[in-house]
Amino acid sequence: MRKTSSQHIYELAKLDDRVVFIGSDLGAGAMTDYKKEMPNRFFMDGISEQHIIGFAAGLASEGFIPFVNTICTFLTRRCYEQIVVNLCLDNLPVILMGNGGGLVYAPLGPTHMAIEDTSILRAIPNMTVIAPCDPLETKKLMTKALEWGKPIYFKIGPSGIPTITSETIPVSISQPVIMKEPDEILIVSTGYLTQSALKAAQTLEKIGIHVGLLHVHTLKPFNKKILLELARKVKAILTLEENVGAGGLGSLVLEILSDENIYPLPRIKRMSLPDQFPDGYGDQEYLLQKYNLTVESVIQEVKKILTY
Amino acid sequence: MDMRSRTLRKLVIAGLESGGKGHVGSSMSLIEILRALYDDFLTYDPQNPSWPERDRLILSKGHGCLALFALLVDKGFINRSALDTVCQKEAMLGGHPEKFKIPGIEASTGALGHGLSIGVGMAQAAKIKEKNYRVVVITGDGELNEGSIWEAAMHAAKHRLSNLSVFVDYNKIQCFGPTYEVLDLEPLADKWKSFGFEVIEVDGHDVEALRDVMGNIPVNINKPTVVICHTVKGKGISFAENTAEWHHRHHFEKEDIARMYASLDE
Repeated sequence: MRKTSSQHIYELAKLDDRVVFIGSDLGAGAMTDYKKEMPNRFFMDGISEQHIIGFAAGLASEGFIPFVNTICTFLTRRCYEQIVVNLCLDNLPVILMGNGGGLVYAPLGPTHMAIEDTSILRAIPNMTVIAPCDPLETKKLMTKALEWGKPIYFKIGPSGIPTITSETIPVSISQPVIMKEPDEILIVSTGYLTQSALKAAQTLEKIGIHVGLLHVHTLKPFNKKILLELARKVKAILTLEENVGAGGLGSLVLEILSDENIYPLPRIKRMSLPDQFPDGYGDQEYLLQKYNLTVESVIQEVKKILTY
Repeated sequence: MDMRSRTLRKLVIAGLESGGKGHVGSSMSLIEILRALYDDFLTYDPQNPSWPERDRLILSKGHGCLALFALLVDKGFINRSALDTVCQKEAMLGGHPEKFKIPGIEASTGALGHGLSIGVGMAQAAKIKEKNYRVVVITGDGELNEGSIWEAAMHAAKHRLSNLSVFVDYNKIQCFGPTYEVLDLEPLADKWKSFGFEVIEVDGHDVEALRDVMGNIPVNINKPTVVICHTVKGKGISFAENTAEWHHRHHFEKEDIARMYASLDE
C-alpha cells in the first residue's frame, strides 16, 4: 500500500496546490515524477524525523497540507513530542503517512515493527488515527483527509494486497463500516487484518456459521453509534488488530462499551499482539501466525465462542 | 538601562507577581532582543495578528514568555490586565505561550528544540508562495543542546532560507548551572558557521547595536542568519543576575517582588 499511497499523494498534489510532500530519506527513486513536476512542493529531507514534523507544522500554519512520509516506528516513536506539541496542540492539518504498519518490516526486527503506534497516537487530543484495510480505501481516506483540517496518522499496511472494499460505497473519516451484518457474533477489525477477518467470515459462512464484520478504519475519532447498536444485539464480539492489546482497537471497544454502560455486555475476546517485542523475523505472515492473528486463528476463536 | 527597558521589565515583574512563580532570569535576558525586534525589525499589525504579510516570530525558548507577553502588551496585542492573572485559573497567559489562546503567538512552545523547525517551515512556505514576510526564531542557549535544532539548521542552510533569522539568547546559564559546565556550546559561532549560517555576535542588551545588526539582515541572500546575543541572565535585577537560582522560581514572597522593582530603579 506504500506505493499506492505515495502515488496518490502525487495525484492529490497535482490537483491541489496546498499539498506538500515531505519524506525522510526514502528509498532511491521514490516519487521521481512528483519531484520533477512540482519541485517546490517536494522535500526529501534527511534522516531527521523530529525536524520534519516541526517543518510540516510550519508549512501547515501557512496554509499548506503536508504529507509526511516515513516508516511508522520512526514517525511515531521518535517524534512523539513533536506530534503532540507541534501538530496536535496547535491542531494543524499535517498528514502522517506511516509505512510498514504492524509487522510489515518483520525481517528488519523490533526497531522497525510498529506494534504500539495506534495506542500511543490514540492517546493524544486532536489526533486522528486511521488504519485502512486496502489500497482503494487508503486512497479514498487520503482524499478526505485534505478537508479534515486536523492532524492525521495513517497506518499503512503491506504492499500488494487486494482491494476488498467497493468503489461505490462512500467512506467518511470516523465512521466504521459494516462489512457483514451480524446475528450473534461480531468481528471488529482494523487495518490490514480486516482482510483476514473478512476471509474468516467468508470461510465460516461456507460451513454454516454466520458472523458479522465491522471494519474500523478510523480508530480516532470513532463514531460509536453503530458499535453500540450492534453490541446490544450480539452475544459475542471478537476484536482483531495488528497492535499490542494496550490502547488498541480491543481497548477502544471495551472503553466504549464500559463507558456507555452496555448491559448485558456481550462476551469480548481481544485478538492482538502480545505485550512483548516480536522475537522472530521471517516475514509479516510468519509473525502473524506466531501470534495467532491469521484467518485460521479467527476461525478457531469463533468456534470456541460457539462452545460457550 | 533606559526607561523603556525598565518599563518592559516591570511588566515582566507584574506577570511574575500575579503568577506567583516564573522564569525570572530567562525572561530578563530577553528584553532588549525582543524590544529591538518589535521596535525596529518586525512588521505586524496588533489589530490583525494574523495579517498574512506580517513577519513571524517564534519564541522557541517558550519559558521566557513573560518577556514576550510584556512586548505583546506594550504593542497592544493583548491588554495590560492580562498580566494580572498569569497562570491563574482560566487565564489567557500561562507559563508558556500557546498559539490559539494568545494573539501574536505563532506557535505553542515550551518543550525545547521545536521552534526552529516550525520557523523553517514558515520560511519555506514564504519561498514557495513567493511572499516577503520574514521569520525570526528566538532560542535559548541551553536549548541548543537539543539535536532537533541542528536538524532544522541543516534544512535551513540547504534551502538557503535567507528569510529566516535565529536569535540565540546566550545568557550562558541553564537550569543546573553554567552552560560551559552542563554541556559546553563553544565554539558556538563556529558551529553555526559550519552549519551554513551567517553568524553575527552582538551585546544582547545594547539596543543600538541590536538595531544595527537587524538592519543588516539578511547578511547574505543565500544563507539564513544567526545572531548570537550575549546576554546576562536576570539582567536588570541585580541579585538575580548570572545565577541559576533565579532561572525559575517556584514561589515569590511579597518582599521578593518589591526587591525586584527596587532593583530596577537602583
